[in-house]
Amino acid sequence: MNDSAIAMRAAHARTGTSAAAMTPNVPPAIDIRDLNFHYGKGHALKQVNMAVPANSVTAIIGPSGCGKSTLLRTINRIYEMYPDQFATGEIMIDGRNVLDRRYPLSDLRRLVGMVFQKPTPFPSSIKANVAFALSYYERLSKSELNDRVEDALQQAALWDEVKDKLGQSALSLSGGQQQRLCIARTIAVRPEILLLDEATSALDPISTAKIEELIHELRERFSIVIVTHNMQQAARISENTAFFHLGELIEFGRTSDIFTNPRQQRTKDYITGRYG
Amino acid sequence: MAIPARRRVADVVAFAFATAATVFGLVWLAWILWTTLAQGAAALTPALFKEMTPPPGASGGLLNAFYGSAIMILLGVVIGAPIGVAAGTYLAEHGRYTRLAAIVSFVNDILLSAPSIVVGLFVYELVVRTSGHFSGYAGALALAMILLPIVVRTTEESLRLVPDQMREAGFALGLPRWRVTRQILYKAALSAILTGILLGVARIAGETAPLLFTALNNQFWSSSLNGPLANVPVVIFQYAMSPYDEWHELAWAGAFVLTAFVLFLNIAVRLLARKGKK
Repeated sequence: MNDSAIAMRAAHARTGTSAAAMTPNVPPAIDIRDLNFHYGKGHALKQVNMAVPANSVTAIIGPSGCGKSTLLRTINRIYEMYPDQFATGEIMIDGRNVLDRRYPLSDLRRLVGMVFQKPTPFPSSIKANVAFALSYYERLSKSELNDRVEDALQQAALWDEVKDKLGQSALSLSGGQQQRLCIARTIAVRPEILLLDEATSALDPISTAKIEELIHELRERFSIVIVTHNMQQAARISENTAFFHLGELIEFGRTSDIFTNPRQQRTKDYITGRYG
Repeated sequence: MAIPARRRVADVVAFAFATAATVFGLVWLAWILWTTLAQGAAALTPALFKEMTPPPGASGGLLNAFYGSAIMILLGVVIGAPIGVAAGTYLAEHGRYTRLAAIVSFVNDILLSAPSIVVGLFVYELVVRTSGHFSGYAGALALAMILLPIVVRTTEESLRLVPDQMREAGFALGLPRWRVTRQILYKAALSAILTGILLGVARIAGETAPLLFTALNNQFWSSSLNGPLANVPVVIFQYAMSPYDEWHELAWAGAFVLTAFVLFLNIAVRLLARKGKK
C-alpha cells in the first residue's frame, strides 16, 4: 500500500465509519478493505471498510438481511462451499490478504474459528468433538491430546460438567452445553480470531449468560467478532459496535458511543427500535 | 350441530373403501405366507439345512442352495456396496452442483429400474460367454449390479439429509472435505446408509432371472465360485416346475425361508431406522 492510500484510509477513518477505538500503533486483528459480496445476483455487502481491533469484542448489529452474517462468513471464506457466492476486496489478517485464493483454507480456518447460531455437535463423543480438528493439525501423543482437550474444555467453562463423561455422545448434552462444546473445539486449535454468529440466539437466558461470561474471559486471548440480534447483548459484552444496514457499514465506533450518541440517523432509528 | 346426512354418507363410504383397499392388499401377503408355510411344512425339518438337493424320489434338503445363495449375496454386497457408497458420496458431496453428477444420477435411475433379466443377460455376455462356463462369480457380479444403484441412491439421499450446518461446522474447523465426510457425515448418516444396503440385500436375495443366466444351478455340493452354483431362487424355480412331490415340498420350504428372510431384513431395517432417528 502506498502513502497516499494510507493517507486516504486515515482520512476515511476520521469520518467515523471505519476504524473505531483503536489504540495507536496496535495493528487491527482484521482489516477489511473495499469488501463487496455477492450471492449470485444479490449484492449483500457493499464497499465495506472496517478495522476490527485485536483482543477485544466487536459486535455487529443490524436488521435481518443487512449482511451481518455474510460478513462473518466472508472472513473465514466458508461461503466458498457454495457456488455462485463470491467476494471482492481485501481482508488483511497478520499482513496477508486472506481472500487471496492462494491463501490455504485450512491455514485460514485454523487462524479464524467460527461458532454458529445453532449448536452443531458432531455425532461422536464429547472428547472426539474437541479432538477432531486438533489431531488433524497437530501430531500429539495420547497424553498431550488429553491435556489439550481438557484445556479447551476448561477454557470453554465446560470441563467440570463433562469431565466424568467424555466418552458419551455430544448429542446427550443440553443446548447450552453443546454450544460451549462448539466453542471448546474451536479454541482447541488456538485460533487468533473467533467469529460468533448469533451464538446465543438459540439458547435459554441462563445458558446465554454463561456464554456471555465466557466471551468476557476469552477476549484476553482472542479477537472476537460477534453478530447479534440482541442489542442489550451487544451493549453488555462488546467494546466496539458496527451497525450494518442493507449491506452497508453505516457506523462503527465505541459501543458506548453507538448506543448513547450515534452519529448517523439510521443508527439512531435502529437502536431506538424504529425498524428492524 | 348436526352433521348433514350427505357428509355422513360420504364419510362412511370413504372409510369403507379405504378399509377394503387395505384388506385387499394384506390378504395376499397373509395368503402367500400361509401357503408357503402350509405347503412347505412337510419339508421344514432340520434336514432342510443339513442335506443336499436330492435326486427325484429321494429325500433331501437345500443346504447347497442356501450356501450358494449366501456366498453370492455376500460377494455381491462386498462388490456392490463399497462402490455404491462411494458413488453416492460423490453425488451428494463432491459432485454436488456439477453437470456430471446430474448425469450420473440420471443414469443411476435408469439402472435402478432396469429389468433384472437384462442385467443377467449382460453378465452372461460379459462373463459366462467369455469364460465359457456358468459360475458363482458371474452370479455374484449380476447381484452386485442390481444392488449397486440401490445403494447409490440411498447413500446419496442419506447424506443429503444431513444438514449443511454440519458441513459448515466441519469446514469452519479447517477440516478437508474427505475428513468431514468420513468422520462427521458418515457417522450422521450411518444408520440410513446401512438401511439402504440391507434393503438392497432383501432385493437381491429373491432375484432369479439374473442367476438363471449366470450361476445357473448345481445339483451337488460345490463351494467353488468358479463353476455353476446352487442357489435358492433358481432351485425353487426348477423344483416348482418339476413333476415330483418331494421337489414341490422343497420348493415351498425354500420359498418360505426366503420370504421369512426378507421379512426379517425388513424388520431389521425398521429397527435400524428408528435407532437412527434417536
